[in-house]
Amino acid sequence: MQGPQIHPLGDSALLCSLPAPATLAQQQRIWALAALAARWEEVGEVVPGMNNLTLIARRPVADLDILTQRINQAWPKLGGAQSEGRDIEIPVVYGGAGGPDLESVARHTKLSIDDIISRHSAGQYVVYFIGFMPGFAYMGGLAPELATPRHTTPRVSIPAGSVGIGGEQTGIYPMASPGGWQLLGRTSLPLFDPAQDPPTLLRPGDRVRFTVERVEQ
Amino acid sequence: MIEIIQPGMLASVQDLGRHGHRSLGIHPGGALNALALSSANLLVGNPADAAGIEITMGVCEIRFRRDTRIAIGGDDIGALLDGKPLPACWSIPVRAGSTLKLALATPDSPEQPPRHSMRTYLAVAGGVDVPLVLGSRSTDLKAGFGGHQGRALRRGDKLPIGDATQAAAAVHGPAFGMRSPRWSGLALREDENSRQVTLRVLPGPEFDQFTNASKAALWSHAWRVTPNSNRMGYRLEGAELKRKHGRDMLSHGVVPGVIQVPPSGQPIILMGDAQTTGGYPKIGVVIGADMWKLAQAPLNASLRLEACDLQAALAAAQEQQRYLDSIRDTVAALDWSRATLYRK
Repeated sequence: MQGPQIHPLGDSALLCSLPAPATLAQQQRIWALAALAARWEEVGEVVPGMNNLTLIARRPVADLDILTQRINQAWPKLGGAQSEGRDIEIPVVYGGAGGPDLESVARHTKLSIDDIISRHSAGQYVVYFIGFMPGFAYMGGLAPELATPRHTTPRVSIPAGSVGIGGEQTGIYPMASPGGWQLLGRTSLPLFDPAQDPPTLLRPGDRVRFTVERVEQ
Repeated sequence: MIEIIQPGMLASVQDLGRHGHRSLGIHPGGALNALALSSANLLVGNPADAAGIEITMGVCEIRFRRDTRIAIGGDDIGALLDGKPLPACWSIPVRAGSTLKLALATPDSPEQPPRHSMRTYLAVAGGVDVPLVLGSRSTDLKAGFGGHQGRALRRGDKLPIGDATQAAAAVHGPAFGMRSPRWSGLALREDENSRQVTLRVLPGPEFDQFTNASKAALWSHAWRVTPNSNRMGYRLEGAELKRKHGRDMLSHGVVPGVIQVPPSGQPIILMGDAQTTGGYPKIGVVIGADMWKLAQAPLNASLRLEACDLQAALAAAQEQQRYLDSIRDTVAALDWSRATLYRK
């Protein structure tokens, strides 16, 4: 497997990106590199992205080449690293006030609402990375036939716990925010609580299933 | 305790940021002008990363409910302590009942010379003692946690002050000042008369994906800071920056200072409250040592972006650290017992 391309990102960060396409196997190597690099003295934070990893140094780094060398040396030895992901079930009330876009997804996908719900809840999803807002998980594994473009005009405010589809991704809004995703339902599980440690329910590598708690008209 | 009489446009509790949680989507936030908050903190005997108040564009009034010592960092924008001018980088004891007022930042008004006036920082001896959340006292305004009740400050808010390390001495010792970064040589690259701010920029990972004309325009054009700019990002207006191809990118981690170019071709410089990941191409990254200048750049200011290399970026970071060290050393050497009380 080809190693990452490494680019400086300003004076105190490095972006390591892998050649396309993004696969779960590549992403697992990224998590393994993230876990290793987080222990390096000069690295303050690691941020997995989709098929890439950003290392943020504690302070401006005199010689980014040294970090680059360490990444290149570590990469070939990372083979077979498994994620420490957990299995997490997320109960969803599909439809009703929490799922105003079931009909528009049905129109776009030409599937019935029941089909959409059963296919969405049958999938097993993997959290590739967390971004956009605290605890917002970018998950792979959406059935391709469910892919639906985002709304052309994002809603001003989407309630916390909203479960939706954005293009070929599915995800949950951890807190009220503006957003353009197609909303299928809502979960009452708290996804972000700053008083907890860790503060987010989902972490990179977790395997997620949505279960049907109820379907509302 | 300090009481917010009038918060102005936006005031919030900030320290040097919430670090270590970006992989969970939690941005670092913190004071956008970290140099200003750090220097004000050091001047009142605090560690550089104590929590203070970030005040945006003034029109703020704060009353002190107990004796303490304060300093302001950033721009003083006509600060008055009980009616007397209080310059930035001045460390002064205040009595219970004293009031600090900050005027409106009006860079164009004839009474005020053109200056960089976006943000002012108030440090109090002992720091603003709101609870630590995930290792920081900064307010995350978007997610609604940290700081004071997870929100911007409002009229009537009362904020506790922590115990100062040298409490009595620091509170009752003499007033003294330091050269503010604006006059210390750190800001020599700015032309105050033209209100133009020069930022040093390292090429970003996608720099070479832009057309030659766009690469040249990045350095040669004046970029206007549009009024859409805030703690998340500074939206610039100027030439249209175009990539040679429109290939989509996958989301990746981003840091403050990243200059991303959305499809509109108008660049956005990410600030402390920006989301932790993004997918737009990055034409450049403002060096860490110049981010404070951007935090102070007023709306509609004109920016010049100047190419630099890593060595220059590191030298600038070291220069800034020496400035902070000089304040720390001066304060450590002070004879606090020579009390000359400030009186109204």
